[in-house]
Amino acid sequence: MKPPPFAYHDPSTLEEAISLLSTLPNARPLAGGQSMMPMLNMRFAQPDHLVDLNRIAGLDGVTVEPDGALTIGAMARQRVLEQHPEVARRCPLMVEALAQVGHRQTRNRGTIGGSLCHLDPAAELPLVAAAMEAVVRVAGPNGQRDIAFADFAQGYMTPEMEPEELLVAVRIPAQPAGAGHCFLEYARRHGDFAIASVAVMLVPDAVGRIAEARVALGGVGAVPLRLPEAEAALRGAPDVSRAVAATKTLEPMEDALVPAWYRRHLAGVLLGRALVIAQSRMGRA
Amino acid sequence: MSEDRSLARRVNCVVNGTAQAAEVSVRRTLADYLRQDLGLTGTHLGCEHGVCGACTVLVDGRAVRSCLMLAVQAEGCAVTTVEGIAPDVVTLHPLQTAFAKHHALQCGFCTPGMLTTLLEFLEEVPAPTAEEIRIVISGNLCRCTGYEPIVAATLEAAAVMRGGA
Amino acid sequence: MTGGTAFRDVPRLEDPPLLRGRARFVDDIRAAGGLHAAFLRSPFAHAAIRAIDASAARALPGVRLVLTAADLNPHLTETRLKVALPSPAFRQTLDRPVLASGEVVHVGEAVAIIVADDRYIAEDALSLIEVDYDPLDAVADCVAALADGAPTAHQGAPHNLVGDFTLGFGDPDAAFASAAVVVRETLSQHRGVAHSMECRGLVAIPDPIEDRLTVWSSTQTPHVARRMLCDILGLREDQVRVVTPDVGGGFGPKLVFYPEEAAVAAAARLLGRPVKWIEDRREHFIAATQERDQVWDVELAMDAEGRILGVRGEMIHDHGAWTARGLNVAYGAVSAMPLAYIVPAYRIRSRSAVTNKVPVTPIRGAGQPQGVFAMERLLDRAAQRLGLDRAEIRRRNLVPADRMPYATPLKTRGGMQVVLDSGDFPQCMAEALQRADWDGFRDRQEAARVQGRYLGIGVANYVEGTGRGPFEHVSVRLEPSGRIFVATGAAPMGQSTRTMLAQLVAEQLGGDMANVEVSAGDTATSPLGLGGFNSRQAVMAGTSAHVASIKVRDRVLQVAATLLEASEADLEIAGRAVRVTGTGMQVTLAEIARAAAGLPGFALPGGRAGIAAAEEVVIDPMTYANGSCVAEVEVDAGTGNIAITRLSFMHDCGRALHPRIVEGQVLGGIAHGIGNALFEWMGFDDQAQPVTTNLAEYLLMSATEMPHAISIGHLESPTPLNPLGIKGVGESGVIPVAAAIASAVEDALSPFDARMNRVPIAPHDVVAAMLGDAAR
Repeated sequence: MKPPPFAYHDPSTLEEAISLLSTLPNARPLAGGQSMMPMLNMRFAQPDHLVDLNRIAGLDGVTVEPDGALTIGAMARQRVLEQHPEVARRCPLMVEALAQVGHRQTRNRGTIGGSLCHLDPAAELPLVAAAMEAVVRVAGPNGQRDIAFADFAQGYMTPEMEPEELLVAVRIPAQPAGAGHCFLEYARRHGDFAIASVAVMLVPDAVGRIAEARVALGGVGAVPLRLPEAEAALRGAPDVSRAVAATKTLEPMEDALVPAWYRRHLAGVLLGRALVIAQSRMGRA
Repeated sequence: MSEDRSLARRVNCVVNGTAQAAEVSVRRTLADYLRQDLGLTGTHLGCEHGVCGACTVLVDGRAVRSCLMLAVQAEGCAVTTVEGIAPDVVTLHPLQTAFAKHHALQCGFCTPGMLTTLLEFLEEVPAPTAEEIRIVISGNLCRCTGYEPIVAATLEAAAVMRGGA
Repeated sequence: MTGGTAFRDVPRLEDPPLLRGRARFVDDIRAAGGLHAAFLRSPFAHAAIRAIDASAARALPGVRLVLTAADLNPHLTETRLKVALPSPAFRQTLDRPVLASGEVVHVGEAVAIIVADDRYIAEDALSLIEVDYDPLDAVADCVAALADGAPTAHQGAPHNLVGDFTLGFGDPDAAFASAAVVVRETLSQHRGVAHSMECRGLVAIPDPIEDRLTVWSSTQTPHVARRMLCDILGLREDQVRVVTPDVGGGFGPKLVFYPEEAAVAAAARLLGRPVKWIEDRREHFIAATQERDQVWDVELAMDAEGRILGVRGEMIHDHGAWTARGLNVAYGAVSAMPLAYIVPAYRIRSRSAVTNKVPVTPIRGAGQPQGVFAMERLLDRAAQRLGLDRAEIRRRNLVPADRMPYATPLKTRGGMQVVLDSGDFPQCMAEALQRADWDGFRDRQEAARVQGRYLGIGVANYVEGTGRGPFEHVSVRLEPSGRIFVATGAAPMGQSTRTMLAQLVAEQLGGDMANVEVSAGDTATSPLGLGGFNSRQAVMAGTSAHVASIKVRDRVLQVAATLLEASEADLEIAGRAVRVTGTGMQVTLAEIARAAAGLPGFALPGGRAGIAAAEEVVIDPMTYANGSCVAEVEVDAGTGNIAITRLSFMHDCGRALHPRIVEGQVLGGIAHGIGNALFEWMGFDDQAQPVTTNLAEYLLMSATEMPHAISIGHLESPTPLNPLGIKGVGESGVIPVAAAIASAVEDALSPFDARMNRVPIAPHDVVAAMLGDAAR
């Protein structure tokens, strides 16, 4: 299991990287490598050119915007985010999720941008992005554009990006004041991709009622899903059982290891549990 | 020249405190570079797809899978492998001593990855709980020991390292 | 006086190099001018090969050799691997080829070997070989394989039956006719992969000057490998040396001689250059042998008091596509089933079915976990029917201590009667139950149920045949340097074999283990050897080492007595010298060895030359270890997750040569058993395509899945069959665990009347059992 032959480029600027991706045939970017390198070693990926993003300066920052949102550079390592005080303060959902992302050794290399672009339907960070209504910034030969994550996650492991484009940053609105969050997943072993996962955000009004509910589910569709019926059921006077019942309409993928019905069943179980935790963490706006 | 550099290039890095420079193919993994070019065969390849953890080394102090890094990516980095853990040829590191004492290795193939992973961890968490240790080694597979001796050894090593010089 | 090194926790000789990264595994061996091999493997479970075009691969720069069967076979004196253990039960001969020709019969079967300057290039060349395959119907299931009209796994084969035997004694039909209770179940275990952390591999180093071949191989059976290489390459034994470096785990599949070993060795000789092949993890999934697939349809007859009257039934064993070892797994499973209990009548027909899957050979446990699973599940069912506690029904049937040695009516595969030599099975179970607080469990369970939590407990017993004979070679020699050189045909793969032998030798020869050099698994230092499998090496090699060391000790004292002009009775060996007790007079081991080495024209001390002894102590009967496992689980009623909250394990392997190593073997086996019970599932689709081919899909136990409360206890019933009183332990931990866990899960789910007749148990199985169709 050795990587196939490719030409390697390690540009030091974003512009150079985009130029390489635009001009070289069959070129693929390399971020943290924790998904790309196994695919290379197994020769599932056979690029002619590999454009390593690790030498580009300034792509790994974590900044706090004036409105309190976080802007996280695509090359920020998962392990850095896990330990970052501003991430803990403004997006505790992400910290909760990161503890389930692979293992310490993969988080030391793995990046947030790599995970969002890889877009595994059961991965934790895309689910966080869906729940937080993140906006990703994509750069290409014609400049940069911002895409709501819901639009970015276009299909099964398929982000809304051209081959010569790069994800450069993700903007995550700060968790609203008093909001209760919870990230839960069920995997057979610690660090595995989840069979099903749920991210919940309950945003209170001034008197502590649920003004806005966000329910995002992973592992049960081609991309991370929001569950509007459940969210509606939770607003105002929350009807938890109706929210959980909304998972019954899910149509997860079937594979050799896990039956689709079980993923659907798990989604309901995890949602019920996550709502209890999120409600207990909710305060007032 | 730039075309050459896209296929093979000279890599400069410091491995276990010694500066190394070697011409490598760009597709060579860091693991193969350490094992084949530098002869540091203590780093083992157990799966080559980033799951088993046997190939874990420290790159600039961080534990990483050396099967999931290219050698060229180690340019300018400091790498520590299992060969660099013991202070000298006579003395073992307290973690190594505790592994032997608790029978935390049988065939020993996973051991280098366990040691490097735990070294980074103990640096960060000098007084860990057993559960924290289980989580940190959950990315290192061992087929021989049933893991609990490794947890016991780590707890003891942590205590020695906290109290030791 | 003895050296004080045996039967205690001495430091392992293996540890310092392993901990420093200075050990030498097969992939660490670099031969000057060495080349690297890769194998082209079948992507089909069953296909005809119409044509192979390797010209593009041969033309790739850096490629040195490409061989298909047509290219290779003219260079071989034998093109098939004749490895089958003899048995009258065979119904077909299925010796596998070195490289496939004409037909491939499982995904992963080797079709061509490529040798190149490095592994990267060799893998590049794989995709350049064009094979014209014509896919054929594949046999994916061992039960369906034996149905009338099933397609055959091999073209032109009359059927898929490869082995058929019935093991039995007494009159089971009469027993069933008179039974108060009969229970019947269909039980199955799924296939797993061994997954030693080091995969297989070898380096073949030809010496054109002397026309010799040295093969470093990560094998459990170096002497078998040498014999096979001689047969296949047409070489004499003195031309081939097979030597095992450090081996990163074996667990069974490395006892087999594989096609890759023959092909790599042949390629090295053709090229006149060293060739290395290291199996990668993906290859391990499709080319290293696997085990456990069996389907049992069995019934148990009991009297009204819960005493076993008889067992009968059928078992179908998935043999895989070729005979890579024999019918031994099926035989081991069927003979393990009744072993712990008094079973007056028994009859199981076992049929082994050919499938288009990786060949099956022993993996840690070797059929015994399946046999134990069958017996223990039936006992649980009978207890249910009789309203008896599951421990009580076992207590009434375990072979009691006062019947030892207990001659069972069973015979081993070699035709020898199975005699349980020693042990106290009821006491062993009693202590396991006590560790588990079995009696207090119903209170715990009820208290949890009130909170909506589902706890369960289960127990299983096993008896394991260990120390497979007939012998293992050990030689012990005192060298003129004063060092003690020990050589053995035993092959270590992580079990501390070198330490074990050094302990026994130092025990007799001065107590300084650092003065003992052990060469294990090297055909150049041991003329004979069987190797590592069947929990045998401590028993067989240990005994030979013990007996040889005593002989060397006697000779050392004889020579020392001459040199010191003292009586042997006044001498003691201490460290690296022999001294006259109570005086300052001594002579070093080096001086003794030099004296015994002789001087031209001078008389030898004791009239003999050298100080050495070689032993192949023959012990035909196996010695039977036993144990009991109690698992307590909590089942998550929502997710179906099964958490093992407590695992209590009592076992008896006679005297423990090194208690900590023994405990380590048991614990490692337990982890493997939990994997078999809950996690490890080697999946194939209906065309026998493997669906779990990486370690993210195939779930090995990691540290976070291990139960936190594991309690292991030891009984010591020394066996009379060897002078050390020891029994094997390497496989014991794995054997009862799946049965105990299935029992516990079923107990937790008793409100749902769930039946756990199949392992591994996935969480969706649990949810399905609790909710039935409502879950879907």
